[in-house]
Parts: sequence; structure tokens; C-alpha cells
Amino acid sequence: MASTHFHAPIPADPASWDMAAYERLAQSAVAGEVLAEMADDDERLVVLTADLKYSNRTADFERRHPDRFFNVGIAEQHMVTMAAGMATFGYIPYVATFASFISLLCAEQLRTDLAYPGLPVRMLAHHAGISLGFYGTSHHATEDLGLLRAMAGMTVICPCDATSTVQALRTTVDYDGPIYFRLGRGREPSVYEGRPERLRIGELAELRAGADLTIVANGIGVAAALKAAERLEREGVGAAVLDAHTVRPFDAEGLCNAAARSGRLLVVEEHNVIGGVASACADALMDGGVDGVRMARLGIPVDEHALIGPPSQLYAHYGLTAEGVCEAARGLLEGRPRAAPAAKRS
Amino acid sequence: MKRDAHADVGASVEGDSSHLAEIRRRASLVRRETIRLIESAGSGHYTSVFSAAEILAALYSGVLRLSDDPNWPRRDRLVLSKGHVAVGVYPLLADRGYLAQELLDTYSQLGNPLGDHPDMRYVPGIDFSSGSLGHGLSVGVGMAQAARMRGYDTRVWVLLGDQELNEGQIWEAAQVASHFGLGNLVAIVDRNQMGLDGLTEDVMAVEPINERFEAFGWRVVEVAGHDPAALDETFTAVPPPASAQPTCIVAHTVKGHGVAYMEHSRTWHLGYLAPVDAAATLKELDEDG
Repeated sequence: MASTHFHAPIPADPASWDMAAYERLAQSAVAGEVLAEMADDDERLVVLTADLKYSNRTADFERRHPDRFFNVGIAEQHMVTMAAGMATFGYIPYVATFASFISLLCAEQLRTDLAYPGLPVRMLAHHAGISLGFYGTSHHATEDLGLLRAMAGMTVICPCDATSTVQALRTTVDYDGPIYFRLGRGREPSVYEGRPERLRIGELAELRAGADLTIVANGIGVAAALKAAERLEREGVGAAVLDAHTVRPFDAEGLCNAAARSGRLLVVEEHNVIGGVASACADALMDGGVDGVRMARLGIPVDEHALIGPPSQLYAHYGLTAEGVCEAARGLLEGRPRAAPAAKRS
Repeated sequence: MKRDAHADVGASVEGDSSHLAEIRRRASLVRRETIRLIESAGSGHYTSVFSAAEILAALYSGVLRLSDDPNWPRRDRLVLSKGHVAVGVYPLLADRGYLAQELLDTYSQLGNPLGDHPDMRYVPGIDFSSGSLGHGLSVGVGMAQAARMRGYDTRVWVLLGDQELNEGQIWEAAQVASHFGLGNLVAIVDRNQMGLDGLTEDVMAVEPINERFEAFGWRVVEVAGHDPAALDETFTAVPPPASAQPTCIVAHTVKGHGVAYMEHSRTWHLGYLAPVDAAATLKELDEDG
């Protein structure tokens, strides 16, 4: 009788990897494990996914709490709305799938079924930005912050590493209304491990002080900005680095104070330059009546669907690296034109 | 069988005829109040409400397990997936005492909680906010699953429009409901034959509804959707909440039923009756009893 199990060949090259190896590689994809621990003491927590339990490691939750885990198949819109129905019974559902699908495909469900009724459903929107690299535009989420920022009643949190993801998940269980956790692919360098700062939702986190320039970043941009700030310091430039982990509600007061101090603001984000953190900063300065701040931004250019390529090469191309941040910072300090780079397709 | 002493379940009637008279009274209330409220708003969905008037009246006449507390956790839920029927539901909520009658008089005015589509945050007795078609069955799946986990013998009823069955999310929800064995979920299709642009089968076919739901693993029954006795019998005969197969009730109705010139009318899906016409229409409803 034929076996119903799939037997993968044993890889000969150490560079090979399978899904299980991926789970070990993805150090920051901790949500499933953390939620499993949280759910030990909180029977309200349930997890839903759409045929991606290994990619997002919600399988870690399923192993511990099979009765509170729901795989709805490839039916993302249903998943979000089903979670809304469960929330009306006092549950706190965490729904997990690629950020591109949950934000763009399910935008109306997020707005009408979660934000409008104010239900405490949490999105684990993983592989955000261009972190799926050569999977292409269908799998990139570079507009999600713009969409979500415009939704009344939505909270948007973008932790930059595993440590801050754990903190963000643990401190928001009882938050009113829906939360969109914008997560990476699980290979983000550690920023908060060993640091004294705790993530304070709704407040910009100043990870480094500096008088000449304020760099606001989130997600993978934070590590790049910190590394860039070290280099800039060697060049005699003091760059403050603020982690804008909470994109909505945005810390407008904190941003205005920081920007007014240095007078120069550089925003680094894995998102289209429209609608995301740079826009949130501009909104804050406008509403706060802060004049005289010179701004620049790094992100995906206005009219561009991101190029195909491995994530690390894409990040370098779009300047979302220490080198890119340094270059943009120098440009801002020297008053060079501030246009984001245009795509070059070979 | 009484499922819970707390609830006013099970058509507590002296006799069948008075119970059926009660359903007819509520159906008439739905139509008359819909005309009155839409008159104050200046536009509304008359015919979509009229096709569902007896369905709603039967549900609110002892089928839905409710209590005086509209937030009673174990109550049956009613999800108005065809949210534009809300103007016909508000009078029934007022009739139950969930809403102040005076509130109805300010329907659709600035800042009023009562709009064309229902808002669960501000309207006691509304179990979910709706308006965008295609979402309600997914809401019902989530509620039914959650009720199971809570150990409640709650039923979740979802009122669907027929043209709404074109929406893909309905079928996402349909497959999940049967996969999870949600026998506490009941979908009611208001089969009034029409969408906004004409007959469903001309606009975009929804038939065969029965076979489609059966293929998705549902139990399907049909009922004459303007017959109080048939509706009451069908609704009270759904399998127990602990059963493992969701039920779809296809209620055959007439769009605009009860007002001759609106029946089967495409143009009255959305409209406005100025006072003289509203009075004449109410007179027709009076004459029909």
C-alpha cells in the first residue's frame, strides 16, 4: 500500500533548506510560540490561519492548543470576518497570513468587519514589505500602512525584531479594537535584545540620541538606521534614531519635538513612500504647526512596483541598508535633491 | 422543547391560530413601519424588506431564542447579511422593547443610531454591523464556532439575499461551515428572484441554489416564504444545535410582496414614496389586513 506521507530527499548541500529548516532560520517568527504561551493562561486567545501554518509558525500554537486553532484553507477574507464573529463572543482572535493578502485582499473586511464595530481581532501580517523578494508584487505589501492608517479605530504596530514582537504581543492583549501587527519574514537582526527599552505602544522609541539629524524608521529600517548612525558619528554627525513601531496612533507630539530639535528628518521604511511612516511624520508636522524641518525619505518610489530580486539585494537597491541610510543622511545634511531612487530594470 | 428557562422560546401560544396571527401582525408592522421610516429618510429599500417581512416576523415570534436583555450571552444571533433589510428589523426590535419607539421617529437623521444598514455598536438587538454583501455568512461561522467553544446551545441565523449568493466570500464561508460541522448555523436565503438590476437569473445566475449548498455539504430545505405557518414549522424543525451539518433554508418569496405595484418590480428596489403615495400604499396594506 502506498504511503500517504511525503518523503523529501535528504539535502546534500548545507545551503539547502526545507520548511522545517526554515522554521529554525526564522528566528523572529515567534508569534505562534508566544501566543501558545500566552494562551496557557488566557482562554480567550484563538488563532486562525489560511493554509500557511508552517510559514508563519502558527503550527507552534496548534501543537499546544489544537482546540483553539482554525485553519480555514485559502480563504483569507472569510478568515478575517469569521474572526470578527468569534470576537463578538469574547474571544481574541489572532489571524495570520501574508501581509499582502490580509491588507490588500481583505481591506474591506478589516475596515467594515473589524474597525467599524471595534472588535479586538489581531492581524499577524507577516512577510510585510518586500521581504518575499523575488516572489514578486503579488506577495509584496508596500501599501498596507497607507491603507491601514486611513482606517478609523485601527491600531498598527510594526515591531522590528523578535524581542519587540514578543513585547508588542504581550502588552496588547486587552487593547480595544483591532490591531494590525506588521511583521517581517523572521530573519530580522536583533535590535531590542539586551536593551533596557521596553516597547511602549503609541510612543516613538528613541534608541539613539543625536543633535544634527533625526532618523525615524521601523521594521528592518531600524537596524539599518542604528548602524548608519554609528558610521555617521565617526564622520562627526550626530543622528538620533527613533523606532516608529506604532504607526497608528502615531506619536505626533514625540515626532514634532524630535524633528524641531534637529531640524532634519530622514524617514526609512519598507513601504511605498506614499502613505506610510513618512506621510505620518508629515501629517504630524503639519498638524503640530512645526515649520522649518527639512525632510527626506527612503522607501519604494511613488510609481514603482518593487523589482524582482533576493530581499537583501532589494533592500540595498532601495537604500534600506546602513549604506543607503548614510547616503540619504549625507544628502539631507548637504541639501541635495531628495527624490527616492527610480527603478532600473536591466 | 425548551432549551433554556431564561429564554422566551418556543411559541408560547394558546393556540396555533393566535400564534400565526401574531406573526401576521408583526409582518404587517414591518411593512407599515418601513413605509413610514423611509418616508422620513427620503429613500430606502422597500421591496427587499417586504420580501422578508414574514421571515423576520416568524423569527421574532418565538423562533429566535431571546430574552429581555439584548446582550444575553446565550441568545440566538441573527446576522442580517442583507443589511439593507434593517429598516424592517428596527420596528421589530422596538416591538420587543429593545429600542425606544421615539428613536424610530428619528430614523436616518444626523447622529441617529438607526441607518439604512445596521450598526451593532449603537442598536440593541443588532448582532452584527452589515451592509457590504457577502460577509454575513462568515460572521455566522465565527459566531457558531465560538458558541460551540463556549458550550452554549445558541443558534446563529444568517439572512442572505439571493443575488448576494454571487459573492465569493459566501462560498468560502459555506465550505468552512460544513468542514467544521456547524449544525448550529442556519442560513436563510430570501429567494425573492431579484437583484438590483433585474431577475437574478438574468443578472448573474444563482441557481441551482439547493444543489450548490448541498455540494458544499449543507442540508437544504425549501419553504414558502410568505406563509407564516410554513415558516414557523420550518424554522422550529431545524436540527439541534449540537448536530454536525449546517442548514440552508431557501425561502421562496416575492420582491415587494404585499404592495401590488411593487411586486416583482426592479425599480422599487430603492425609492421613495411621497406622502400621498405612502398613504395610498398604507391603505392597500390595511385592506389586505
